[in-house]
This record gives sequence, structure tokens and C-alpha cells, in this order.
Amino acid sequence: MKVAVLQFPGTNCEYDTVYAFKKLGAITQVIWHKEESLPEDIDLVVVAGGFSYGDYLRSGAIAKFSPIMKAVKEYANNGGKVLGICNGFQVLTEARLLPGALKRNESLHFISRHHNLKVVANDNIFLEKLSVDDVINVPIAHHDGNYFIDAEGLEELYANNQVLLKYTDATGKISNPNGSVDSIAGICNKEKNVFGLMPHPERAMEILLGSDDGVKMLEGFLSA
Amino acid sequence: MTAIVNISLKNGVLDSQGKAVHHALDSLHFEGIKDVRVGKQIILKIDSDDHDKVRADVTQMCEDLLANTVIEDYDIELIK
Repeated sequence: MKVAVLQFPGTNCEYDTVYAFKKLGAITQVIWHKEESLPEDIDLVVVAGGFSYGDYLRSGAIAKFSPIMKAVKEYANNGGKVLGICNGFQVLTEARLLPGALKRNESLHFISRHHNLKVVANDNIFLEKLSVDDVINVPIAHHDGNYFIDAEGLEELYANNQVLLKYTDATGKISNPNGSVDSIAGICNKEKNVFGLMPHPERAMEILLGSDDGVKMLEGFLSA
Repeated sequence: MTAIVNISLKNGVLDSQGKAVHHALDSLHFEGIKDVRVGKQIILKIDSDDHDKVRADVTQMCEDLLANTVIEDYDIELIK
């Protein structure tokens, strides 16, 4: 499996992402945002976390115009798989590859800690190794993770099983750290080939570092 | 010509910063404040006197980049 990991000025999770996919046996390549095309025969593009362009204007707002994003849009529109983690999720919503938007956390604080998540839908390649209602423990680290979508959009997300993950406590009861609509932590597009989540599965790859629940998440992509 | 773009969260989208500022003003005992909204202002100096064209251009800038119309509204004021 070949994974391309995007790097913008200000991205800081690209090498964690490389570590995670290498651990799973994938071949990885970091792609600088000035590139105009993606490598051939890749199986997945990851828009890694960080603070692209310093989060100026809005998180992800400027990155969406980087040259590589044109290729990513084309790749996604042709059914290619794309995963946006944290700032990558923000970039994908700004680029309109995913619905909704990510606002400042309701508390206005930057939140950095482990958080539990409940799997809401697994009829997609990303979470197919997990079961619905599984509770997993993955770090979150964001200032703008407050997912917003209007009522009509939310209804559509549920109707198509696009709500993937919700923030909960260890028992699976809703526990919302940032004010997200319905405590949503991750979604996908209607076609189920573009995925976005605020939590960092690539930081949950080693028990030694608190959790390896990210393995089961990212492993899903290997079965492609 | 100068274009002043005011951007604010749409009605119905919770403005956490506005709420926090409202609480702070309350605790300073300023009375009668019904609501506080926090937005941002972007000022563009544009080398053109063509009112209609500048308005059209700045509108496009707002749609493409300056505002995220999923959550934000914008208005444009032009000054000669």
C-alpha cells in the first residue's frame, strides 16, 4: 500500500503519520504542497495535522489554494481515498471536499488530551475493522474542532451513515469537549472515500504512549 | 478605493467569543447589553475607481477565501 502525506508550511504531524503507516507496512511519501500532482498508483492521501499557514484567516482556509490541493480534489472526485486529520479535516471542509465547518472550541481553549470516541458507523473502509459502539481512546489537540453543520446537512449526514465518530466518556456516553454539533468527532463524504476527523489516530499507535487504538482505525485502509 | 469587509458568524451559529465578551462586560457591571457578536474586518486598498467592478471582485474574494459561507456572513462597504 502506498500513502502520500501532504505537507504545507506549518504542518507538524506529517512524520507521526509516516511513522503510523510505516508501522502498518505501508510505503509512505511526504508531498510538499507546491507539487502539482500526486505520485502515481497511490492508495491513500493523508492531509496531516498541524497549523497550515499559521491558521491565518481561518484554519485550513489558505492551504486549500495550495497547488497540490487541485490534484487532491481531482483524485478525490475520481474516487481516490483521502483522510484529513485535525488541520487536515479543516482543510478538507474549507476545500468543500467534506460538508460543514470547524469553529473555535466553545470553551475558547486549546484542548490537548486523550479522549474517548464512539464508533457510530463502520460501513466504510476507514472504520471497518471496528464495530459500531466500540469505544476507543485517541488524543485530541485542537483549538478549532467545534464541528458545525446546519440542521438539514446534519440530517443528510445521518441518513447516509456519514457520521463516523462521536466524543464520549469511557462508557460510550456522550461527552463533548469542544461544542461540536451532536458531539461529532469525524465524518466522511457521501461517496465514503473522503474522511475527516479532529482526533489523532496517528498519535495512538503505541501502548507505551498511552494507546494503540489508532492501529485499528488506520488498518482499515490497508484492506483496500 | 477602499473596500471594508465585515465578517461575522451567521445568525444561529453560536458565537463563543461574543458570549465570553458579553460575560466579561456583565462582570464589569455595564448594563443593558442584550447581545455581543465578535467578527473580523478586512480592509482592502484597491487601485480602481470602478465601483461595480470592485464590488464584484471583492464579492468573489469573499466567496472564495475571505469568508467561509458555511458559517459566516459578510458585507462590503466601498469608500472612495
